[in-house]
Amino acid sequence: MSLDLPTPNLATRGCRDTPVLKQRGQREVFCGLTGIIWLHRKMQDAFFLVVGSRTCAHLLQAAAGVMIFAEPRFGTAILEEKDLAGLADANTELDREVARLLARRPDIKQLFLVGSCPSEVIKLDLARAAERLSGMHAPHVRVYNYSGSGIETTFTQGEDACLAAMVPTLPQTTARELLLVGALPDVVEDQALSLLAAMGVGPVRMLPARRSADLPAVGANTVFALVQPFLGDTHAALTRRGARHLLAPFPFGEEGTTAWLRAIADEFGVSPDLFDQVTAAPRARAIKAVAAHAQTLRGKSVFFFPDSQLEIPLARFLTRECGMTAIEVGTPFLHTGIMGPDLDLLPAGPVISEGQDVDLQLDRARAARPDLTICGLGLANPLEAEGLSTKWAIELVFTPVHFYEQAGDLAGLFSRPLRRRAILRKEAAE
Amino acid sequence: MKLTLWTYEGPPHVGAMRVATGMKGLHYVLHAPQGDTYADLLFTMIERRNHRPPVTYTTFQARDLGGDTANLFKDAARDAYARFKPQAMIVGASCTAELIQDDPAGLAEALGLPIPVIGLDLPSYQRKENFGADETFLQIVRALAKPVARTERITCNLLGATGLGFRHRDDVTEVTRLLALMGIAVNVCAPMGSSPADIARMGAAHFNVLLYPETGESAARYLEQKLGQPYTKVVPIGVGATRDFLHEISGLTGVSAKVDEAGLRLPWWSASVDSTYLTGKRVFIYGDATHVIAAARIAATEIGFEVVGMGCFNREYARPMRAAAKAYDLEALITDDYLEVEAEIARLAPELILGTQMERHIGKRLGIPCAVISSPVHVQDFPARYSPQMGFEGANVIFDTWIHPLVMGLEEHLLTMFREDFEFHDDAGASHHGGKAVDRVVVETVEASGGDISQQMTDADVAVLTETHWLADAEKELKKIPFFVRGKAKRNTENYAASKGIAAISVETLYEAKAHYAR
Repeated sequence: MSLDLPTPNLATRGCRDTPVLKQRGQREVFCGLTGIIWLHRKMQDAFFLVVGSRTCAHLLQAAAGVMIFAEPRFGTAILEEKDLAGLADANTELDREVARLLARRPDIKQLFLVGSCPSEVIKLDLARAAERLSGMHAPHVRVYNYSGSGIETTFTQGEDACLAAMVPTLPQTTARELLLVGALPDVVEDQALSLLAAMGVGPVRMLPARRSADLPAVGANTVFALVQPFLGDTHAALTRRGARHLLAPFPFGEEGTTAWLRAIADEFGVSPDLFDQVTAAPRARAIKAVAAHAQTLRGKSVFFFPDSQLEIPLARFLTRECGMTAIEVGTPFLHTGIMGPDLDLLPAGPVISEGQDVDLQLDRARAARPDLTICGLGLANPLEAEGLSTKWAIELVFTPVHFYEQAGDLAGLFSRPLRRRAILRKEAAE
Repeated sequence: MKLTLWTYEGPPHVGAMRVATGMKGLHYVLHAPQGDTYADLLFTMIERRNHRPPVTYTTFQARDLGGDTANLFKDAARDAYARFKPQAMIVGASCTAELIQDDPAGLAEALGLPIPVIGLDLPSYQRKENFGADETFLQIVRALAKPVARTERITCNLLGATGLGFRHRDDVTEVTRLLALMGIAVNVCAPMGSSPADIARMGAAHFNVLLYPETGESAARYLEQKLGQPYTKVVPIGVGATRDFLHEISGLTGVSAKVDEAGLRLPWWSASVDSTYLTGKRVFIYGDATHVIAAARIAATEIGFEVVGMGCFNREYARPMRAAAKAYDLEALITDDYLEVEAEIARLAPELILGTQMERHIGKRLGIPCAVISSPVHVQDFPARYSPQMGFEGANVIFDTWIHPLVMGLEEHLLTMFREDFEFHDDAGASHHGGKAVDRVVVETVEASGGDISQQMTDADVAVLTETHWLADAEKELKKIPFFVRGKAKRNTENYAASKGIAAISVETLYEAKAHYAR
């Protein structure tokens, strides 16, 4: 039996041509600073210095579950009244704080100056500051800058901005290499690398790298695959460096992982036999693991509030592999180019919405009464109290969910709230 | 510019949210960029609220900045009124909106909404969360509370309880019960539980009970001045303070302070012999000033601990904090930099920390038990069970909560007696806590100096060790001292050696020091 993708049934159209509902109003989403929570753990010699307000600092500790208290490799340089009134030269202040920080943390090799809403509104030029500080602390520390502000970025766009800021500084190469782009939990990254190695694909580089010494080079012979769907700016920056993107569905679930691997395998001339040989066992495991959860999910409806830009690929996974029906798939930003292959596979039917007016969207969710609502932490308990089952979206970003071995875990994240509700109901009925 | 890793307080608009979320029928329209909605999760996740906070965020973006953010605000305010139909509205700006100077109060007024609209001016770059809550409550009271006839029977208002407050829900219940014992009813409890209509009838009360000065004092002062309502100065946390509180109310109302104390157990729990081991245990206390000052009194006079350090993160209360510390011959630590607090705790090596979520983490890192007595707190400090801090039941709760992190009395003796037992030793941890007991690792050879100890050194230790060092035998002996007093023994010995000009600490020095510091 061939393990090839089933040819898409032409009778069921995908969602690529579905008109997108765009509304403007209150958005119940994080800003891009939140990405620091996982980026600072991924890049082990990097420090993220937000130049912002007390709100930024408070957000970071609230989003981090209020203080998961390893010595954090991030901090906030809080702007004070005198910085705004021009009494203090903000640049002098920043230089002083950075010098103090680097003295305390000699292990830091990469420093990211992260712009915030207030730093952007007062037009603090962090790009120039990064240049200046790079000069002062070279060669030991490289200083980058990007914006994680809420006026520019939504949640996962912070990682996109961070990686896009690194791309222009990567060394040039003419080597033919595969670059995997997007922060992955180490365990998942290792799985991906071992699958690719088994197919003889290599060398494989990672962006971001765990340590600055392992940062990749890039050039016209670089081909890259995105492991996260929210990396539009990084995609553009790499393309500008001459690298070529391998467009594919994202590696969630058995189907997505296979399609994603196949795009790479085809590029590197891996034979179909070898591909099947390498993927057969993990594919079978993934299908088996997902099936266990699909029993709970099959026939249930799902409604996505916008959060991480993972919504389209996850809706594709839930509808095609778990048998759910999507009512609405909301995403903060829809990059149709990158998301195209997933939109093609997502069966037509759901409302596809971009951006948010949260009150209007809540009205739609309440009217639809979905079996499962995927939403942010601010909405989950209130909706549960209204009798809707919810899955907090942030867990999808903080849990290893990519590739074959996590496909079952991914399905489990969605089935658990439904199983839990069933258990508690039984108990309460007695 | 100030580098901050973790903060004790959020920005002032979060304080305003705590007031709005505690109330009913009030809506907050906040001029803010995308992302500031994170604050909702403080209430829905940490406090487990089953409703969204009554806050509408305008969510402006970069592309709006050149254009018309003012109209965005007006639309948001108009829509929020139409959708939520509040009795009153508060309007304000978060830190970013403050910079674009759209004047939410003026814009909202221009809308001509048929309800009171209260403008908030919360300087985000100067002040913090508690100020925001206090100021917001003051502005609401100023706008809505009017002179009305006093109730016939003696009633009071409870001031200062908010959303996300440490045990506010249960303190309100407990103090209401306590007042009922005196025959005094509660007219309005605000902000928590009140509506704008309730605020309007606050003047009917005979006096005010100020539960939390941090979030209610400005309103209390205003009501005293404008409506002639005196307010209580004693915060009833602890047995002594609760009795003082009852006497204070007696003075205000002429009602007898004698109430039924049948449910009060702290005094006997503390006097019973099992508690003897608590005598003189060294505690470090940190949090907001109100809770710290109250905790120090309980620790020193009701449980018999020795207070070795105390302080608060809210500078607004530095003065009363310093005065309270003086009573224990201490210099109060006033800082919102947790690294400074951590350094002070490391230096003092207390046996117990009473603090916030921050100090819980510091304690975990330094291996010192900690009980939480003040905001900021995490989800586990919003318990399902009734657990006030105030009143007589609050005193009972405090006894249990503070004792729980410690090794139990007889267990402590056994650990001291059989400290080299391979199963029952101090690395195994207290028997009533989670975590797996580990077998004791016997290290036969100990280096002449350094080894384990130097790895745990703080900067202060280094300063001492430049002059003194531990001989191998003494270091081995030090390790035989149970973990919960080892830090203190080490520090005392080094100080003793330094004061006597002893360079090499021997077993002899260790026991000399022990005798020297014997209590």
